[in-house]
Amino acid sequence: MVAETPDRMDPGRSPASVAWRRLRRKKLAMAALVILATLYTLGLFAPLVTGALGKDYSDQNLLKAQHGPDAENWFGTDRLGRDIFTRVIWGIQTTVIITLVTTLTGSLILGVSLGLLAGYFRGRVDTAVMRLGEVVSSFPDILLIILIAATVRPRIVELVRDFEDATFFSGLVATGVVDFIVIGIALLPLSWFGTMRLVRGQVLALRESQFVEAAYSIGTSTPRLLVRHIFPNVVSPLIVTMSFGLGAIALSEVVLSFFGLGVQVGRPSLGRMIGETIGRTGSSGVSVLQNHPEQLLAPIAVVFLMIFCWNLLGDALNDVLNPRTR
Amino acid sequence: MLTYSLRRLLWTPVLLLIISFFVFLLGTYGPGDPVEVRLGHNYTPERAERLRDRLGLNDPFFVQYGRFVGRAARGNLGESLTFQNRDVITLIAPKLLTSAQLNIAGSIIAICFGVPLGFYAARRQGTWIDPTLVFCTLIIFALPVFFTGPFAILIFAVNLDWVPVSGWGGLFDYRVVLPALTTGLPGIAIFVRLMRASTLDVLGQEYIQTARSKGLSAGVVNYRHVARNALLPIVTILGFTIAGLFGGSLITELMFGIPGIGRLALESVFSRDYPVIMALTLLGATALVVANLIIDIVYTVIDPRIRLQ
Repeated sequence: MVAETPDRMDPGRSPASVAWRRLRRKKLAMAALVILATLYTLGLFAPLVTGALGKDYSDQNLLKAQHGPDAENWFGTDRLGRDIFTRVIWGIQTTVIITLVTTLTGSLILGVSLGLLAGYFRGRVDTAVMRLGEVVSSFPDILLIILIAATVRPRIVELVRDFEDATFFSGLVATGVVDFIVIGIALLPLSWFGTMRLVRGQVLALRESQFVEAAYSIGTSTPRLLVRHIFPNVVSPLIVTMSFGLGAIALSEVVLSFFGLGVQVGRPSLGRMIGETIGRTGSSGVSVLQNHPEQLLAPIAVVFLMIFCWNLLGDALNDVLNPRTR
Repeated sequence: MLTYSLRRLLWTPVLLLIISFFVFLLGTYGPGDPVEVRLGHNYTPERAERLRDRLGLNDPFFVQYGRFVGRAARGNLGESLTFQNRDVITLIAPKLLTSAQLNIAGSIIAICFGVPLGFYAARRQGTWIDPTLVFCTLIIFALPVFFTGPFAILIFAVNLDWVPVSGWGGLFDYRVVLPALTTGLPGIAIFVRLMRASTLDVLGQEYIQTARSKGLSAGVVNYRHVARNALLPIVTILGFTIAGLFGGSLITELMFGIPGIGRLALESVFSRDYPVIMALTLLGATALVVANLIIDIVYTVIDPRIRLQ
């Protein structure tokens, strides 16, 4: 892309507002953004949304089981006569929480900080972090997630129980906190390395740049140099990768829950809804599609929209924030 | 360059050793007592103690780890806990072969459709074709296997009755088509995007301009200068594809009733059959490491620019 875009030359605007103005011109990306905002808001405020409709995800109505969509149950009902719309909304909340947990811990905090350190200090720190990443990324991903989820879960349950006994919190295990911790830990080895490698690569180049040298020469401390001078320059490629990554996390939840290793308590999750309808062998998927397609299509449509919109947005952000790569 | 290859070769066994350590750690400290599982109804404390002694589970951690590595290096990955007295290798090997065949079929589909389409999209940049193709890849990529699997069965097996609903006859059997398509579909999207990006990159190079300006025909420039160079980065991805021959298609296998490692992995997780899980993870990791090593070396052979550095 040529640097002729007038807003780029405009000195009065911050880079973020310039990027936003460019993004607003992309209709598809804006549509994706609106869809994502709607989905995630619905998920975050699931209790309010479904409460306003007077429904709860565990309400059963066996007289109206496996019913198609109508005015009362917008997406129909499942095998136990539970409202699928309500369960999908709550399922989105599960995905939203898992997304927050894994991105905040794994990709953001761990990935960015290790990337900054490895890229800036190079040498031994860099070698150690890169080698560790190489080890972790050598595992077959699904198997590793399954293995970690299966082995770590009982220990975490024990830990949380001990914590409950030692303090006066009770019922923590029942809230599903454990599941979120387990999933967070299971996805951790896979989520940090990509971010770290990206940040490291950027930092390796940035540390040789003149503004870093200038900041260094006036005696800026290393933490300040990393956080105030180098990090802001890593943000835009980071946003792009995060956008692609958030879709992938939504899918990981589905896969984990499908294998029965995701959210365990009564809380609905998109993966569990899919797993329950098509069965663990997957063989009943076809008959579900023939007879009650809404049971499978409702959760899958949400997962599809999440992955699709995040990737679409990621593409657009890439054009907007890193115009050189086109 | 030789030193680089040598360093890679020397690092590989170290890497495998570290990986085996993590696998062993997870397996050993996993929940559930293998002795209890194995004895089942015959469980008594004395019997358990005797079995523990016989299996060496009372030895110190590092002695056990050393034995695990020593045996694994000789191709002995222990015995399955649930399938009594079956050693893991004979249990896994045939299933692994099945999964590998499915994944080879899937990869072939992904590459044969993805690479030419990506090349085509890049050559049509600036027209409506390129954005449309990119948009389609986003859709394909976002379709979960949970949908494409049953949907493919419904259309091609139930409604059109072209292929049976399930069944497996290996790579050269027509029943491989549906599951291969299901596993290969997201791969098509990935290859289109990679090939497109890589082709665009090459198209922007000066040597392409040179080739054109010295009057070479479009065909020669496209295929000798552009396509060949654009394919180079694709080779790196092949490493991951080969390694994906392992864990990538667990769900597809379950859906199509293919006797691969998918079901075995799932069952062994639920029955706490740690030797099997450990073996699967270890073999998968080894495959990835070795595949990447081979790709790295192949890459230096096919791309002289790297060799000369």
